[in-house]
Amino acid sequence: MNALMPEMLLPYGYLLRAVLAGLFGGGLCAVAGVYIVTMRLSFLGVCLSHGAFAGALFGLFIGLHPVLGAVAFSLLTAAAVGPLADRGEVGPDTAIGILFSLMMGLAFLFIGLLPAHREEALGLLWGNILTVSGAEVGLLALTSAAVAAVIMVFFKETQSVACHREVARATGVPDTAVFYGILALLGVVMSVTLPSIGGLLVFSLVVNPAAAALQWCRRLRAALMAAAVIGVGCCWAGLALSWYFSLPAGATIVLVSTGVFAASLAFSPRKRMLQWTTPPM
Amino acid sequence: MCAANTDPVIRLDGVIVVRGGKPVLRDISLDVGAGEFVGIIGPNGAGKSTLLGVINGLISPTAGRVSVLGKDPARWLHGIRLRRQIGLVAQSQRFNPLAPILVFESVLLGRAGRRGLGFRLHREDREIARRAMADTGIEKLARRPLGSLSGGELQRVAIARALAQEPDILLLDEPTASVDPAARQDLVSLLAELPSLTGAAILCVTHDPWMLPAACRRVITLKQGRLFGAGPRSLMLSAELLEELYAEEGLPFGPATVTGGSSASWPQEWSRG
Repeated sequence: MNALMPEMLLPYGYLLRAVLAGLFGGGLCAVAGVYIVTMRLSFLGVCLSHGAFAGALFGLFIGLHPVLGAVAFSLLTAAAVGPLADRGEVGPDTAIGILFSLMMGLAFLFIGLLPAHREEALGLLWGNILTVSGAEVGLLALTSAAVAAVIMVFFKETQSVACHREVARATGVPDTAVFYGILALLGVVMSVTLPSIGGLLVFSLVVNPAAAALQWCRRLRAALMAAAVIGVGCCWAGLALSWYFSLPAGATIVLVSTGVFAASLAFSPRKRMLQWTTPPM
Repeated sequence: MCAANTDPVIRLDGVIVVRGGKPVLRDISLDVGAGEFVGIIGPNGAGKSTLLGVINGLISPTAGRVSVLGKDPARWLHGIRLRRQIGLVAQSQRFNPLAPILVFESVLLGRAGRRGLGFRLHREDREIARRAMADTGIEKLARRPLGSLSGGELQRVAIARALAQEPDILLLDEPTASVDPAARQDLVSLLAELPSLTGAAILCVTHDPWMLPAACRRVITLKQGRLFGAGPRSLMLSAELLEELYAEEGLPFGPATVTGGSSASWPQEWSRG
């Protein structure tokens, strides 16, 4: 039976790749999302995801791999948006809104300039987890390992900046460097998940599982793990539903993740936060 | 001006800070010795918080020299390293109240900078954090989410975090200003115990001179960014000097407001000057 398994799965290789893309991509997006939601920078996340999308199209336009273009643009967006959000010269929301519109403008400009690649361009916008290649799955796996390693090594610094940045600065943690590091990590995560999830949908997979996990968890470490489980679960459940009902996979995944967030909010123990009593140490 | 016999841990020489074209600190010179408890009082806008910002390197002076533990805090790397040795208790704490962090973890963050970038916290760090929580009377809050605490409890957590740093200098920036009167009285009692909990030099900035504990032997007064006076507590907290210091905005409320008494009389020692 076991010997027959690979042969049986051979016609479903794309499905196996989709399952693996859901495992790595869903987990990655959700983990990055915990930091973004904790720092209350969700709109900044939208801006970065559209930066990644515009960059992927730029990559196609100049003949580069779309993921390379996406990484370059999302890092540039993070570098530009970071100081603006940080210093508040024109108000963080305004600054992020302007960059967001710039990225959308660039993205549609490149779509207009790429008549031969319009299908591919729209594929990056919507994403398609069922057509993800083996190389893209490999890249997702490598990025997952790298992100997990970075978070493990710099956990106390990222916890300090995400949960209480003023304290981080006052206690000698290089908060600005850590803050930009988190933004850069988010940009990379969004770039590598672009082919499977898509520029429009990746943001939902970043925010929804993280926001759902934060309804249940009182500690960052627990929230990171719960978000990863929810993110992967949403991807797999969405895949299964799209397979069964012949629905678009990306959209189904996002709708499932929204449903999980709504359910978490409805049953959230954090809503009772003000009534929390002190449990024993 | 350093009252202690040891070398000063903080030395400011002719410090000027100009922000937005307006002078905030004008020609400030002062020394603070190791283990000294110094109160800094003055009306609103006197430059008290700016002075603390200059000492911990978060504000660069426009002119003048600053030396903290022998280093210039305005230099980026020196500033980061110095802040690991300087505990700071701010007037209030701004953070996302839904951030996933417990009180014990928040106190433990005081060890984050001290341990160094990328290094894991050890059992010893947890012990130090627990001790700091016991010293400040917040052990029972350990597993509460930080966002569920009251203003007074948050200030105790901030003091515990600063103590967990095992600081050489402790900066208190209006530590009782944003809490209710009952919590303020508790915090004043805790501040009085600080010299027995840490060997650090303590600088306590306050708008309300009444909250300075007896352990604070020296008081510096600031007005409109200038050094208005400096000297022993008994002299500087005399009713005459305080009335002159707060002439424009009126004297801050007295201790009777806090203790619930009806008389607004000054403590005896304030009238001795």
